[in-house]
Amino acid sequence: MKTRDQVTDHPMPAAPSDNSRRAVLKFGVTGAAIAGFGGLLPNFGISAAMAADLGEGDIGVLNYAYALEQLEAAFYTMVLEKPFAEMTADETAILTDIRDHEVAHVEFLKTALAEKAIGPLEVDFSAVDFTSRDSVLQTAVTFEDLGVAAYNGAGKLITNVDYLAAAGSIVSVEARHAATVRDLLQPGSVAFAGPEVVDDKGLDVSLPPADVLAAAKPFITTDVTAMSL
Amino acid sequence: MNIHQNDSILGGLDPDLRAKMITNRRGLFGRAAVSLGALASAPLVLALSARQVFAADLPAQIVDTLNFALTLEHIEDAFYRTALEANFIPEEHKTVFRHIGLHEAAHVALLSGVLGDAAVKRPEADFTAGGKYPDVFSNFDTFVAVSSTFEDLGVAAYKGQAGNLIDNDDILTVALQIHSVEARHAAMVRRIGGKKAWDDAFDKPMTKEEVLAAAKPFLVA
Repeated sequence: MKTRDQVTDHPMPAAPSDNSRRAVLKFGVTGAAIAGFGGLLPNFGISAAMAADLGEGDIGVLNYAYALEQLEAAFYTMVLEKPFAEMTADETAILTDIRDHEVAHVEFLKTALAEKAIGPLEVDFSAVDFTSRDSVLQTAVTFEDLGVAAYNGAGKLITNVDYLAAAGSIVSVEARHAATVRDLLQPGSVAFAGPEVVDDKGLDVSLPPADVLAAAKPFITTDVTAMSL
Repeated sequence: MNIHQNDSILGGLDPDLRAKMITNRRGLFGRAAVSLGALASAPLVLALSARQVFAADLPAQIVDTLNFALTLEHIEDAFYRTALEANFIPEEHKTVFRHIGLHEAAHVALLSGVLGDAAVKRPEADFTAGGKYPDVFSNFDTFVAVSSTFEDLGVAAYKGQAGNLIDNDDILTVALQIHSVEARHAAMVRRIGGKKAWDDAFDKPMTKEEVLAAAKPFLVA
């Protein structure tokens, strides 16, 4: 298990401002950072710091989704606070809708989880150049595709049919985001559902939590580790 | 980050499903239709048999749900196949619709493969919906409107059926993996039609009855 110090010890970023480097979610409740201890989560192997607060079973899955939605919401909030120079009206409208959707997902999951919700994640977007359209949209694609893969992989971990339905209502919106931002980067091409995300069986990506958290790790300062799966 | 980790029965049949999909692809684009008979090599026949055993072991609820999905995929597959053959789609949009068509053909192949003998037949479709869209395969705007309807319907249909698959992890996961592809399609077709790619933050599911009612005008009774 990594300690908090190890995780937070990032090298100084080259370009972006302090503001973009680390930001606590603005819409989240204020609260203590997630405690840095805990054991393996029995059912799907998210371990250590986060596991203690994720909870088990369906609550754990919802908290996992809640963490990813927090990451996305924080990202788009920052994108619109510091829009890249040549952001078109169309792009602004799209990114604003996406931000509002991610915030709505955060709020929905927070409400559903009630007192079992994890606290606000601390995020790190030092790898993103918010002045660059390419950097912003590529990061958006990364987050959206990752979100789709995460929900697709988490579906089978959910036991409550109502939670599965709720996750289903969110994941297809994430897929719509993914397709749209991909199309902004490569208009009119197959990119919206390109071969790197849809295989030759016509299937989108599905990832277990451990892989998703590993991919998200560079963007999350809060200690979130996965030991198995 | 790569990733199609279907260590499932479905994933295990990959090579043969691929072979079957190639037939579909050829049918979609090819000049010379390749008959399934010509491709029915011994390994393919064996694999199909294996899938039939598999389908026979599935509970009726799952077979019914997969057949419902297969029916919708058949409609979509035939829709894009016909449209691409009619050759009216503007050059700048052909790439997208060919790509969507490939996915729908792949979904038909995948679901047919899983269901084996239990698979429903391709339904007979009327894409003019009894004359409501007479120019569906000559007027691009009409075509995009119908395409958008099918894609959004597909998203809502898979979403509505997820609960019926909750007891089978592999099949639920595959259904979710198709579901999000349909959502990517839906978003792209909406964009081509000049619309927002979404309604709001949450996509709504539809029941089987609602989906069938919406699809009914396109099905020949």
